[in-house]
This record gives sequence, C-alpha cells and structure tokens, in this order.
Amino acid sequence: MNALKVALYLLVFPGFAFQSVFSTWLEWLDRKLYARMQNRRGPLYTGWSGMMQPVADIIKLLAKEDITPAHADRKAFAFMPVLSLAAVITAGLYIPVWHLSKFNSFEGDIVVVAYLLTIPSFSLFLAGWFSVSPYSLLGGTRVLTQLFAYEVPFFLAVLTPAVVSGSWRIATIGAYPWTSGHWWVMPIQIIAFGVAILTLQAKLERVPFDIPEAETEVVGGPLTEYSGKKLALFRLQKDILMYVGSALVACVFLGGFRGGLLLGTLQLVLKTMFVVALLSVVRAACARIRIDQLVSFSWRWLAPASIVQFLIVLLIKAKGAM
Amino acid sequence: MAETIHLPIGPQHPFLKEPAKFDFDIQGEEIVGARMNIGYNHRGLEKLCEERNYYQCLYILERICGICSHSHTTAFCQATEKLLGLELPKRGLYLRTLVCELERLHSHLLWIGVAAHEVGFDSLFMLVWRDRELVMDALEAISGNRVNYAFNTIGGVRRDLSDEQRKKILALLQPLIDRLEYYTNIGSHEPSFEARVRGVGRLSKQHAIDMCTVGPFARASGVDRDARRDAPHAAYPDLEFKVITSEECDIFGRVLVRVLEMVESCKMIKQILDGLPEGDFVAPKVMRRVPAGAAISYYEAPRGEDIHYVRGNGTEKPERVKVRAPTMANLEAACESVVGSFVADIPIAIASIDPCFSCTDRTSVVLNDRRRGRRVTTWGELRTYGIDWYRRNRGIHF
Repeated sequence: MNALKVALYLLVFPGFAFQSVFSTWLEWLDRKLYARMQNRRGPLYTGWSGMMQPVADIIKLLAKEDITPAHADRKAFAFMPVLSLAAVITAGLYIPVWHLSKFNSFEGDIVVVAYLLTIPSFSLFLAGWFSVSPYSLLGGTRVLTQLFAYEVPFFLAVLTPAVVSGSWRIATIGAYPWTSGHWWVMPIQIIAFGVAILTLQAKLERVPFDIPEAETEVVGGPLTEYSGKKLALFRLQKDILMYVGSALVACVFLGGFRGGLLLGTLQLVLKTMFVVALLSVVRAACARIRIDQLVSFSWRWLAPASIVQFLIVLLIKAKGAM
Repeated sequence: MAETIHLPIGPQHPFLKEPAKFDFDIQGEEIVGARMNIGYNHRGLEKLCEERNYYQCLYILERICGICSHSHTTAFCQATEKLLGLELPKRGLYLRTLVCELERLHSHLLWIGVAAHEVGFDSLFMLVWRDRELVMDALEAISGNRVNYAFNTIGGVRRDLSDEQRKKILALLQPLIDRLEYYTNIGSHEPSFEARVRGVGRLSKQHAIDMCTVGPFARASGVDRDARRDAPHAAYPDLEFKVITSEECDIFGRVLVRVLEMVESCKMIKQILDGLPEGDFVAPKVMRRVPAGAAISYYEAPRGEDIHYVRGNGTEKPERVKVRAPTMANLEAACESVVGSFVADIPIAIASIDPCFSCTDRTSVVLNDRRRGRRVTTWGELRTYGIDWYRRNRGIHF
C-alpha cells in the first residue's frame, strides 16, 4: 500500500504527470492573460479556447528533427535538458500537498528546493557553453551574470517567511498563519513577496528579465542551437520551473496548501494561478532591460528591499509578537 | 581586458526585417567595432525603369518600399512633372499630400511598434499596431489598397475623394490623436522603456550634419532640416506645420520626434480635408513623350529626404532613374552610433533609423581592383581573347 502511494506520489501527484499537465496549463493561462492584456486573442484553436496549445507545441517539437551542431560536445549537449528537467521535477516533489513524510517534508527542504531551482540556470549556461556558437555563448554568459544578480534577493525573500515561522520546513512555513493564528504576518511580508515575484520572473527569464534569450539580440540565447526533442525538454522544464517557483512562492507567502488532498490541491491550483497571473502582469507591463541595468537594479533595490523586510521581521520578532 | 569576439549579425537575424550584414567586435557585452554590408536585396529596379514608359515606371517605383510606397511615386512624379513643365490642379496636389501624410502616420506607428519589439516591450508593439489599423483603413478607403496605393499619376492623382470618404477620415483623426498622447506618455514615463532608449545610440548634432543624415534621425539630433519646408513641394506651402526637432541626440529623441511628427501629421490632414479645393484632381492633358532634360525632386518621406533623379531623352521611356532612399543616408551613421554601447543596444540602435534595406540596396562593381587581382576586360580585349581561344582550342580561324 505504501509502495503504491509512493509510486503515485512520484509519478502522478504531485509528481511527473501532474506537474507536466498543470504546468502546461499554467503556460496556457499565462499566454492567454498576456494576450488579452495586449488586446490579442491568444491561443484559440487547439482544445477548448486553445488550452491544449502548449501541449501541442511540445508534441510538435518532439516530432521535429533533432540537430546537434558539429562542434558541440555531443554528450553534454544531450545531457543538459535532461539534467535541468530532472532538477525541476525533483524540486516539485517537495511542494507540500499530501502524503507528507520525512522524505518529502523535513527541516531544511526549502533550501533543497531553492538549490534545485538553481540547477536549470547552470544547465542553461552549460548548454550554451557546449553548443559553441557566438549567440549561445553570449546567452550562456548572460544566464550566469543574471543568476548572480537575482539569486541573493530571491533567497533572502523566500527565507523571510522561514524566519517568521522559525522553521526551515516548507509545510510548517506555509501553515504558520493557521497554526499560530497570526494572520497579520502575511500582509507584513508584502515587500518580500514583491521581491520574490520579481526575482522569480528573472529566474524564469521572462520580460523584463528575458535578457539571456532576448530574441532580437541573441536569437535564442543558450537555446539557439537546440532543436527537436531536446528543445521540447527545455520547454517543458521552463513550464515546470514556472509551476514549481510559483507554487513555492504561493506556499510560503500565501498560507500554504493545508486541508488534505482535495482542499490542498484546490488551494495549490488557485494560489499558483494567482502568482502566475501576477507574473503575466509584470511581463506585459515592461520592456526588457539591459544586463547591466538588471544587475544594478537587483543590488540597488531588490537586495536592500529584502534586507529591510528582514529587519522588519526581526524587530517584530524581538518584540515577542510572534 | 576581455578578449575581442567577432559577433556576426545577419544576413538572417530575428531583429533584421530584411537581409543586411553587420559585423561587430565585442568585448564582453561592449561593442568596440562595427562594420556593415548591404546588397543582399538588390532588385535592379532602376535599370528596369529604363525599359518601361513613365506610367509603367510608377508601378515599379511604388514597389521599391512596402511602407513608403507613395513617397517614391510622388518623388518620381514630381521629377517627371518638372521635365514636362506641368502645372498641377490644386485638388490633385492636396489629395497627393493627404496620402503622403497618412502614409507618414502609418509608417511612424509601424516604427514605434518595431522599436518597442526590439526592446522587448511587446505590449506597446501590439497596441500601436492595433491603432495603425485605423490609418490603414483610411488609406484603404481612399485608394482601395492597404500597402501599394497606386494613387499617384503624372499630373495628379488617379482617384477623387468623395465627401463620404472625407468625413470618414476626419472621424478617425480624434481617436488617433488621443492614442498618440497616450503613447507619448508611455514613451516618456515607462521606466523600463525609458531606460532602454535614453542615452543609447548617441549621435551628436555635428556628427549628424557631417554624416549627411536625414529625416527624423537627423531632427532628433537637433538638425533642423525638413524637405517639406526647405524644398516646398506638393501642397505643403499651403499648410501650417511645425518641424519637430529634439536636442536629445539619442533614441529617446527619435521616439519623441516621430510621435510629435504624427501629431503634426494629424493636424495637417485636418487642414487638407477642411480646405480641400474644388476642381480637377488630375491635369487634363499629359504628354506621353517627356522632353529631354534632367530633373531632381526632393520629397520628405517618413524616413527622411527621398531624392529622385530622372533624365528624359524625348521618348516615352526615361533614360535614367536614380533613387536615393533615406536609409542610404542614415545607415552609416546608425552603424557608427552603436560603437561604445552594449550588445543589447544593437537592435534598437540600428532600428532607430527605421531601416529599409530593400529600398536602399544597390550593387557596386569595382573596376580594376588591383588589390584583389580582379581586372575588367574591355570589349576589344574580350574579342581578341575569344578569337585567340578558338584558334588554339578548336583550330578555327576567324
């Protein structure tokens, strides 16, 4: 029975099947919202109002010819999409919804998730590095530069709720407002929430931080040379990264996904949708900034803002209010 | 110091709407050198014109550019009319100017969309292009076409404007002006957009003059130059308008100049439609044979000063037609203005002149290039060579 449960957990919910389906659906939501904000219709034809479009895109890519550049390192080139996809799916297993055991929910799992969410950036950089083309190299370097800009504010922002709750376990952090009854801790973390949304946007490489794959500048960035199945894997990875990142932010800032399998899943879906909607608004409202502007923005505004948030939280904690 | 990498852009690249080749030397993200090469899109239209009569030339020249198609026919018609010594009816001139200004509106709106896309601001791109449809509808109502209007003819225009059409266009203007105000606001206040265009692609006033830049590109560097005012043509002497300049000297200035120029265009269209004279819209009798002589005509196209040179030889066909599209004048300066900025600024800096490579493409043949060992063979030499070759290889004696 337990083995079945574990298999279900890994493969169905919240494992691979759920992650692929829900994350592609989130991509549809994002595309639709983005399109509506631009006075367009968005995906329309595949499935009900285009809902199957992201899936269709991935299936189409899977069927396409797969080219490896002559000068590329063949093994590393093929390994990078698999590595990044594996990392994000593993990270997704730590999103606490049901069947919490000491294997998927423990003190410090938030650090594990944050670490796993960094791997895609590194594999993107390496993918660019190993494909040996000027655009890929440039894109790969930008990925890494961008990582140094947003990673620290992201960690600081996501760890703020951990400090509030005094725990490093995602489930406990998410449940803190319920267990302690201090509902006011959610609004006072608004700065950290904002920083988390913006840095998540940078992590996902979306406008205004889509610098590594800015189409008009570096063609496809690190993915310029990728095609076919490998590109499909990278796309799926991007979708799942969006889901896991949004779910993590939703969990730690918006009160977690308590209430058993059904209620928990419902909360997961709704809260993640809310975060993705915020991400879409940011994407629609901005122009792409330059890499130097991103670095200075991150260190001049985002990092200090999250430190200020930390101080606020620590002061309140010192007063003994929570 | 970082190693210098050679970054080729083009002939095919997502930011280039037409093929052109740019080579950049970059150190990290900074550009230290820029070179360019055009000629991938040469169509030989000038030569083609020499084998057609003047009326057929109109349809060829209209296809020089998909965006400013009316500009090229206007410039050509003006040159031909000069050769013929034609006096145009006022209504014809007014209608021609009406389409000119509508074309400027749609070209500038298109550019703002493209520029927004180059800096990744797709929302602005989509919204601007939606509003561009208003202008396209107006052009369609006038001429029946959205792109190549086929509206000009030698001696005037080909269609009249009914009162109904006039009212329809007038009704479009106010919503358009409102939207333009909104875009001016976005362009100057949206921080991420402003960060990308302010101080980028700098071109000083002196440099702009030295490099012979034209159009909004030059005006954004404070060069007060506009063929509509300086070389009066069409109905422009009768209209009141301001020549918009800006002292910003960067892409921000170019955005501003274009947006404000659109507002001026809207005002001009209103003046034209309100004061449309009665009478013929085309000169009653136009000779098909154009007398010998040469004429140059200037026309302020949306992208800048467009020059056409036409030489007639007394027959129905022009002996020579020469086009200097505005992109030709601006391209070098734009390429140079990129040096010193970042890789991320390349697309927007090149796009800031609103390049149209197919308008400007030409081939050049280097005669007697000793450096590359190429020689030009004269007709006589070729003949001797041919005779010699057949004698040696085939045993044929001519």
